[in-house]
Amino acid sequence: MQLTGADIVVRCLQDEGIEYIFGYPGGAALHIYDALYKQDKVKHILVRHEQGATHMADGYARATGKAGVVLVTSGPGVTNTVTGIATAYMDSVPMVVLTAQVPSHLIGDDAFQEVDTVGITRPCVKHNFLVGDVNKLAETMKKAFYIAESGRPGPVVVDIPKDVTAKVAEYHYPEVVDMRSYQPRTRGHIKQISRGLDLLVQAKRPVVYTGGGVVLGDGSAPLRKVVSKLGFPSTSTLMGLGAIPHDDPNFLGMLGMHGTYEANMAMHQCDVMFAIGARFDDRVTGELSKFAPDARIIQIDIDPSSIGKNVPVEVPIVGDCGQVLEQMLEQLDARLGEIDRTVVGEWWAQVDKWRAVKSLDYQPSKDKIVPQLVVERLMQITDGEAFVSSDVGQHQMWAAQYYGFSKPRRWINSGGLGTMGFGLPAAMGIQLAYPDDTVICISGDASIQMCLQELSTCLQYELPVKIINLNNQYMGMVRQWQEFFYDRRYSHSYMDALPDFVKLSESYGHVGIRVEDPADLDEALNRAFSMKDRLVFVDVITDPTVNVYPMIAAGKGHNEMHLQPDQEEHQERELA
Amino acid sequence: MRRIISLLLENESGALSRVAGLFSARGYNIESLTVAPTEDPTLSRMTIVTRGSDSIIEQITKQLNKLVDVVKLIDLTEGQHIERELMLVKVVAHGNDEREEVKRLVDIFRGRIIDVTDSTYTLEMTGNGDKVDAFILALGQVEIIEVVRSGISGIGRGKRALKV
Ligand SMILES: Cc1ncc(C[n+]2csc(CCOP(=O)(O)OP(=O)(O)O)c2C)c(N)n1
Repeated sequence: MQLTGADIVVRCLQDEGIEYIFGYPGGAALHIYDALYKQDKVKHILVRHEQGATHMADGYARATGKAGVVLVTSGPGVTNTVTGIATAYMDSVPMVVLTAQVPSHLIGDDAFQEVDTVGITRPCVKHNFLVGDVNKLAETMKKAFYIAESGRPGPVVVDIPKDVTAKVAEYHYPEVVDMRSYQPRTRGHIKQISRGLDLLVQAKRPVVYTGGGVVLGDGSAPLRKVVSKLGFPSTSTLMGLGAIPHDDPNFLGMLGMHGTYEANMAMHQCDVMFAIGARFDDRVTGELSKFAPDARIIQIDIDPSSIGKNVPVEVPIVGDCGQVLEQMLEQLDARLGEIDRTVVGEWWAQVDKWRAVKSLDYQPSKDKIVPQLVVERLMQITDGEAFVSSDVGQHQMWAAQYYGFSKPRRWINSGGLGTMGFGLPAAMGIQLAYPDDTVICISGDASIQMCLQELSTCLQYELPVKIINLNNQYMGMVRQWQEFFYDRRYSHSYMDALPDFVKLSESYGHVGIRVEDPADLDEALNRAFSMKDRLVFVDVITDPTVNVYPMIAAGKGHNEMHLQPDQEEHQERELA
Repeated sequence: MRRIISLLLENESGALSRVAGLFSARGYNIESLTVAPTEDPTLSRMTIVTRGSDSIIEQITKQLNKLVDVVKLIDLTEGQHIERELMLVKVVAHGNDEREEVKRLVDIFRGRIIDVTDSTYTLEMTGNGDKVDAFILALGQVEIIEVVRSGISGIGRGKRALKV
């Protein structure tokens, strides 16, 4: 069948089973937009800013595991997507970004709305293509989806010059692709897995440290089995929350800069560390020279370059976290008897002492709303079942600490790049994927203003996201660092002249609720969640002085945490 | 440690910039880099000379392998190998004495004079990096007008080969 390049693009999306694409039109993309107009299988979500499109596709992808798709025009359309592409890249999110390009004969001419898309995006994509020939278009589209979704997932850009979308070619969408240069390995090496088990069963002070790779590799189910059979203390990074249920007795909570005392102390004092789909990021390890001094490390990762990158690893296992854990389960039962339960029991006794510090306890207040309480109430109201997206800052940490996640793919935030503005559009992508579920965006007064224009998109597509704006009138996380490390010189972190968020939401056609008095909090939240079909923006005025604890300052080790001010005394006794 | 990494990559536009971009983005050092098509026109062969600790070299090879365009890679320095570099040097060559002196040096180093004018010689020299460096030192008093070095190309000894 002979089709134009534009029709081929759309047919590829249909044949790939794509439900939604997120986009914004412009000159170079108009042939493709015309092709979209002629069909209704692929639904196009018209955003208000291309950055929003990328975060929506990203949220959709993180919630479903399928690649999110973006379509933008050349030049400024492309440059506006870069933040979102980099966000997806840092968190290994599958995404295909179709970028229109000026006609082939104008490339390199400084033509109107020309940028070197392939060049600009190269450092923040898994791969990118410039399609020079309409006959290669369908194959390139297939490769793009294959590369984005397989191996360690990531964003792929397909740059398509306008003339290529006008030319005609025979359409054939390949079922599979075979690339000699790209063959990700998903199964783990059996010998390495047994070597890993050798270490695990001999451990005296073991800890399981899991990350986003478990979520991406759909490894939550086998992980739960492995952890419960081992019976070892387990912790998760920010990106891995939900893979193990928050209330699993083996789970110590999140680790890292704002992780729990017990998780970080267990990491510090362990003798065997089992890292699964976690990449030893600096926010997790703290000062590397002080990191887990006694640990012998087993690491599963699908990306060999993530293994041993920051910390030497004794047993590397390359493979998909889910598959390797399944493989491990096949050998596990036979080995469990080798574990010395008395020794591990002593270790647990120590871990429980750290737990007893209750490092997440916080000071309640009668006259000001405490942000941690808001997140706890959100969890109760939604039975811990909501999808929660967040922006970046204190509110993000509180969301991670106090909304107990029980399922993977429910907690969706920008961990690697830390992109303010991510929360709302990501929530929209999730809501499209799961129209009947509750989707909450926990944000801050600074972050929410970075992609606020998408409130308009929410109205157009009736997306009933619940925005909880923890409004402390500051860039709280910046203020906190300035309080701790810059002698309270609050340089440019006060958000003066904030908009009236209630009126603002109303002007976009949504419901706005402001709540200032702790006594009104529950009612406000209940009212918001009772409006199932409406976007509700709850502007919660919180105590601006609250800080995120516990905390490991830059340059410090896991055993040098700051607890809540009134808990520090306990810690001093403990460490003495 | 100095390492010579050889790779086969898809002969696609942009493949070179992916490799170069990787080195600059991650702060790896490149001493030289050569690239040209192979007998199979769909493949290019690249030779990179770099320096770094074992853990950095390990990261470099892993990161290179991760590039979608890279088909295969070996660290030549891990085994027996041969390396060669081509150098072209243009020198001032006035009068008989000077011209004789240059000729003698070129003979000693098994180079060739490939272009002559009444005031210059252009010399060609191949060898491993050390030999080429040594030749420049040996030129001593001779006035060099320009030096062009190809960068190192390398190949494994015996049956050791980088092939798809
Ligand atoms: C795009 C972007 N710019 C700057 C930053 C640096 N930054 C990190 S947290 C933060 C403050 C966020 O303030 P707010 O959204 O109000 O959240 P809060 O910390 O008060 O909860 C800033 C500016 C960032 N992460 N992303």
